Amino acid sequence: MAEFIHLKIKRQNGPNESPRWEEFKVPYKPNMNVVSVLMEIRKNPVNAQGQKTTPVTWDCSCLEEVCGACTMIINGNVRQACSALIDKMPSQVITLEPLSKFPVIRDLKVDRSVLFEHLKKVKAWINIDGTFDLGPGPRVPEKERRWMYEISRCMTCGCCYEACPNFNARSSFIGPAPLAQVLRFNNHPTGAMDKEARLETIMGDGGITDCGNAQNCIEACPKKIPLTTAIAKLNRDTTLYSIGRWFNR
Amino acid sequence: MSKNKIIVVGGGLAGLMAVIKAAEAGVEVEAFSLVPFKRSHSLCAQGGINAALNTKGENDSIQQHFEDTIVGGDFLANQTPVKGLVEAAPGLIYAFDRMGVMFNRTPEGLIDLRLFGGVKNRRTAFAGATTGQQLLYALDEQVRKWIAKGKVKEYIGWEFLSAVVDDEGICRGIVAQDLNSMEIRAFRADAVILATGGAGMIYGKSTNSVICTGSAAGAVYRQGVPFANGEFVQFHPTAMPGDDKLRLMSEASRGEGGRIWTYKDGKPWYFLEEWYPAYGNLVPRDIASRAIYKVCVEMGLGIDGKNQVYLDLTHKDPEFLEVRLGGILEIYRNFYGEDPVKVPMKIFPAPHYFMGGIYVDWNHMTPIPGLFAAGECDYMYHGANRLGANSLLSAAYSGYICGPNAVKYIKGLQKSAEDISQKVFDRELNRQAGIFEAIYRMDGTENPYTIHEELGETMITHVGVVRYDKNLKLADEKIQELMERYKRINVNDTGRWANDVVPFVNQLWNMLELARVITLGALNRNESRGSHYKPEYPDRNDEEWLKTTKAYWTESGPRFEYEDVDISLLKPRARKYD
Repeated sequence: MAEFIHLKIKRQNGPNESPRWEEFKVPYKPNMNVVSVLMEIRKNPVNAQGQKTTPVTWDCSCLEEVCGACTMIINGNVRQACSALIDKMPSQVITLEPLSKFPVIRDLKVDRSVLFEHLKKVKAWINIDGTFDLGPGPRVPEKERRWMYEISRCMTCGCCYEACPNFNARSSFIGPAPLAQVLRFNNHPTGAMDKEARLETIMGDGGITDCGNAQNCIEACPKKIPLTTAIAKLNRDTTLYSIGRWFNR
Repeated sequence: MSKNKIIVVGGGLAGLMAVIKAAEAGVEVEAFSLVPFKRSHSLCAQGGINAALNTKGENDSIQQHFEDTIVGGDFLANQTPVKGLVEAAPGLIYAFDRMGVMFNRTPEGLIDLRLFGGVKNRRTAFAGATTGQQLLYALDEQVRKWIAKGKVKEYIGWEFLSAVVDDEGICRGIVAQDLNSMEIRAFRADAVILATGGAGMIYGKSTNSVICTGSAAGAVYRQGVPFANGEFVQFHPTAMPGDDKLRLMSEASRGEGGRIWTYKDGKPWYFLEEWYPAYGNLVPRDIASRAIYKVCVEMGLGIDGKNQVYLDLTHKDPEFLEVRLGGILEIYRNFYGEDPVKVPMKIFPAPHYFMGGIYVDWNHMTPIPGLFAAGECDYMYHGANRLGANSLLSAAYSGYICGPNAVKYIKGLQKSAEDISQKVFDRELNRQAGIFEAIYRMDGTENPYTIHEELGETMITHVGVVRYDKNLKLADEKIQELMERYKRINVNDTGRWANDVVPFVNQLWNMLELARVITLGALNRNESRGSHYKPEYPDRNDEEWLKTTKAYWTESGPRFEYEDVDISLLKPRARKYD
């Protein structure tokens, strides 16, 4: 392994500033990951040319790939920086770029608030009457629970959005992750009571028909959530629902 | 007058539960969080949440949960509040169940339970090995519903800087900073609930997220709120050693049959099973951590001569492990590159949880009226050592009662925050703005991240699993040296937009202040109790030390007072697990 880790980072001072590349050489230690390399830089903010610079701004929190905060583009691929292990990367230059489909705040930090807005749109919750003690919820077969749990592990990191050719800063596409949530909530015994409202939403503008079936999302998802299967299943649900709606007119 | 507004600071389990309870009571809520709620540290809780549901035919009971918690905490927890906690537990689990939490199920579709440390009955409900994540997401979803209804307003990416306290000593709001625009602003509120979590970052590397600096707790400590039981810091026995973070490997792995061992005389030695036949691998965390420390550090029997032992699941069925522990298997595979289903995991104790925290009364109000605290940032439920799977419970429960308590408090107020002179808010705002302007001007030679790293090394070396007076004194000297060097920091970034360094420098001072509280609290407490272990005073000393530590901020360092513990329900007895 080389003595130094050579990084090329796409930096940008603010939302309306133009981006620039800056290179860094960080002394190699075993077991590093992209976050720990960025942490080394802030202890000695000097670039590869030996010039003093500002520490790199980026988001991170849990460092165990559960929170989704440190999502960025590493060597051209969208992923979490904490689980991007240096020892497993080709030893040439490592490039870091902010997600391209969300507004840059500064350097590698982007504004992903739209992800949460979309969860709001599809009513990704169970409409309980209150938190008071009403006894247990409905029984759930373990088999059903397993696939719903897989979907409920979505950390809203934005990888699937970044990979999706049908989503960009100007598109109204609701994105793969919230669609999977619709399936999960529509199949929960209580969640199913708001099934129609969720289906109506995803049958509207920016809904499920905006999915071009590129299947990039499933490749990009760090949690291997069966996004494409979920979308396929929802396609059927929306079709059945619209036929039913037509009959009940 | 009264608009009845509550501010909740912190978007983890306690904070979100408080938000929901306050919103349900019809009060306007503003919720502040460093990160989108979904990214709060509660999601790193893995193994489960305790409630005596007694659905396994083991005669489990509320009383047994109570006793296990009190004994597990080595009798330092106030017993009346703990009683409230364990009584509410089943109802809380059911509320989560109704929110759609994907708890693992029995063949009948009921919530399944598993075994955890320091107990004999199955009492822990779980969602794979990402229970904290699943509970947090459920509350996040519920809060999103309230936001969509327009009843809750969120401030994401804002950091709490201080409480606004009026001339009568009543809390009337907060001063907070937008971490993008760097704007510092004062917000009015009739009650403020801090749910700002633990402070693992004081130890540099821990199982905590990097946002767990304890800075908010440090800030109100500096405003006169006592910090209680600071010396009680839980080391989780089973974390992956690492250079950037010590990643938790849930206690559930032992609850599901995992065994801890190392080699002795060339053969596997299951030292916990040998030393503690009654509880085996499921002794409470303080005991397991001390045993692993002893085996590695004192006996030199760590695997490959390093500070690590095996946590072994390889004898278990792979599918069983995926369904019940998938989340941690994934972390170990991703970060270590080995498969725990096939090869034993290497683990060592790591700083994990602060039993101590902001001093509150049984309604979760601090001595500053109107300022409340809930969740890991308070000190209430775990005494000298927390039992596994009781933290998600105490986080949820404290938010659950703190929200309504805050609502009750504001109903009794004479004056609303809206009636308070603007001067009161400007005064605190200007004070904070002044602190930040001074930080922007820091152009010395010291790097704040290096000072933080040295703080962590000092704490983990000298204020860790085993504590000696000599080392505690060394640690305090070192912290004071770092406080001197702090004054010569260079911020390296004077930008006024999304500047990460300047807020960190502010957090760092609060960490240094709390580090002294922890260290000196440990130096003073001449006994061994729960997580606080001093070989020079190896026994628990109820006569002198069955007392809550209360540290008060002074210019020259913490001043300590001690308060009797409520032992009205269970008489202290020897704590035995062998």
